[in-house]
Amino acid sequence: MDRRIDMTDDEKLFEPILNFGIKFRITAMILGTVILWALFAWIYQLREGLGVTGLNRPVYWGFYITNFVFFIGISHAGTLISAILRLTNAEWRRSITRSAEVITVLVLFFGVGNILVDMGRMDRILNVFKHPQFQSPLLWDVTSISIYLTASSIYLYLPLIPDIAMIRDRTKKLRWFYSMLALGWRGTEQQRKWLEKAIAFMAILVIPIAVSVHTVVSWVFAMTIQPMWHSTIFGPYFVAGAIFSGIAALIIAMALIRKVYRLEGYLLPIQFNNLGILLLVMSLFWFYFTFAEFLTSFYGAEPTHMVVFWSKISGEYAPFFWTMFATCFVIPFVILCNKRTRTITGTVVASVSVTIGMWLERFTIVVPTLLNPRLPYERGLYSPTWVEWSITAGSFATFILLYMLFTKLFPIVSIWEMMEGRKHAVREVSERIKTYFSGDVKDE
Amino acid sequence: MVRWGMVIDLDKCSGCQACVVACKAENNVPFASPEEAQKGRVINWMEIIPIIEGEYPELKARLIPRPCMHCDHPPCTKVCPVYATFKNEEGLVAQVYKRCIGCRYCTTACPYTVKYFNWHKPAWPEEMRAFLNPDVSVRQKGVVEKCTFCHHRLQKAREKVQVEKRGLKEGDYVPACAQTCPTRAITFGDLDDPHSSVSKLKQSPRAFKLLEELGTEPKVIYLSEERFYRKVVV
Repeated sequence: MDRRIDMTDDEKLFEPILNFGIKFRITAMILGTVILWALFAWIYQLREGLGVTGLNRPVYWGFYITNFVFFIGISHAGTLISAILRLTNAEWRRSITRSAEVITVLVLFFGVGNILVDMGRMDRILNVFKHPQFQSPLLWDVTSISIYLTASSIYLYLPLIPDIAMIRDRTKKLRWFYSMLALGWRGTEQQRKWLEKAIAFMAILVIPIAVSVHTVVSWVFAMTIQPMWHSTIFGPYFVAGAIFSGIAALIIAMALIRKVYRLEGYLLPIQFNNLGILLLVMSLFWFYFTFAEFLTSFYGAEPTHMVVFWSKISGEYAPFFWTMFATCFVIPFVILCNKRTRTITGTVVASVSVTIGMWLERFTIVVPTLLNPRLPYERGLYSPTWVEWSITAGSFATFILLYMLFTKLFPIVSIWEMMEGRKHAVREVSERIKTYFSGDVKDE
Repeated sequence: MVRWGMVIDLDKCSGCQACVVACKAENNVPFASPEEAQKGRVINWMEIIPIIEGEYPELKARLIPRPCMHCDHPPCTKVCPVYATFKNEEGLVAQVYKRCIGCRYCTTACPYTVKYFNWHKPAWPEEMRAFLNPDVSVRQKGVVEKCTFCHHRLQKAREKVQVEKRGLKEGDYVPACAQTCPTRAITFGDLDDPHSSVSKLKQSPRAFKLLEELGTEPKVIYLSEERFYRKVVV
């Protein structure tokens, strides 16, 4: 039976498609300028060498590696959150999964991109495939990030197919593009069954992959024997931090989409509230992990560890450390534990704070350890140059531009899943709930 | 099998830095401008590390010459994603400049931080260019380099003994730092040969290794009466 979807609903969600308004153009131009400037900085760095950065011995890693870890962390927004919500049948997920999944796929490129920018010889990147040395945690990264990128792209694409088909059927512009991507979707019973199976399968598959990705990112540090890197807590700590920053990024993205495309009817306070509670839980996890890590170092009091410890607690990195503590824990905790402040504005403020804090966390993990090597000798200090600032700004700008572009090509709220929800979810959920109780459950 | 190693007698070392200069000249180590030096970007395959204990006037200061430790369990080779650094069959930790992708994972993993990165294209003052050592390749921009125990000298020594139709004996292969040291504080040789000078010296009760507790098994062994050398911690 052909179950074509009634297209009179959800007109609002089609509105932005291929509709490049003046506001979009201006924003794109501003972002484009930042991107061009970053490209200039990058070319300059390629010509002159990494000497144009603030890096030195012993601070061999700085902004770029911080960005790498940060962006890979943000990528956990999408796929992981969306997969968990799908698997637990959380019905409020329907309008938010897409915006989350896009973050994952796009932001991964900037994680990888920052690693490429950090390499002294980017021209030799193929050596990683020609002469792979699998003992190196960097190779584990290459492997798991490639798998993650592939899996999360498929996971983003699958639920897009019915929406692409709807656009194909109603637009004249770029028809070939949408026809190609729609893969001949007609919404038959058979197609639906297969699609739902495939989505469910991918949702399960991406969870272990996502966990592995951030675990091996942490292992790049933890597998060395450097003070305060060589710690067993790093794997779970990074995974928790990744989900934490991922939720924050998702809340910010949702709030922007809601405002720009006037989707107040789709992205509701309840969703911000629910994600806000998740963010609160992750904030407590973050505090727990940080506390456990620092107390263990402090109690053991190994001299080399203590040098790094004090440089964070009261030394030259104390301003960064305590800002991180405030932005990752104090601010989100205060805002989110109170129902009255857990509003859309409240969760956005908390999320911006968490995003800043999690970047600082990556920074205070990377730099203070490197700055305090075991042997005493003259060290350079690390302060990033305009090149590093520019490329960092460029990474953010390109991400935002691509995200904007996505919302102009594809519906940022999954239309068919919303329709499905309206049609079936209420009945399905109430039937499911009835099965939780023995005896007769009477409708009032 | 041969296991090349070095013994540095700190009680003989006068801290004159001749080894540092000899190493630079021998291995075509590029120059760094004063501004670059200020940023911590000087390349010193052999570096003199000051160890200072106590406060003035109760002050003890000593200097430790620090080449690459050529560890038997090197933390740097494990993390290299492309086999650009590895331990060869004679125990030397080698660096392949043409292979290196410049990720600087080995530089951060080395607990002795003996690995150096070429932040710029290597440069020498014009008058120095004629004195570059033809036996040592000049590195490219963006790759990691470090002390090789003057590995090119081993190749030369091998060629020489082949012509003379004899085996390699002590003294045929000596790195530039050991050759130059005016107080003969640096001895070099085969740690697996029980009759070599290094094997005898390493038995000394004065012998210790840098950051021995990390289990990296360095093949650079230090000698000193002074106990406080042994806890070189920041």
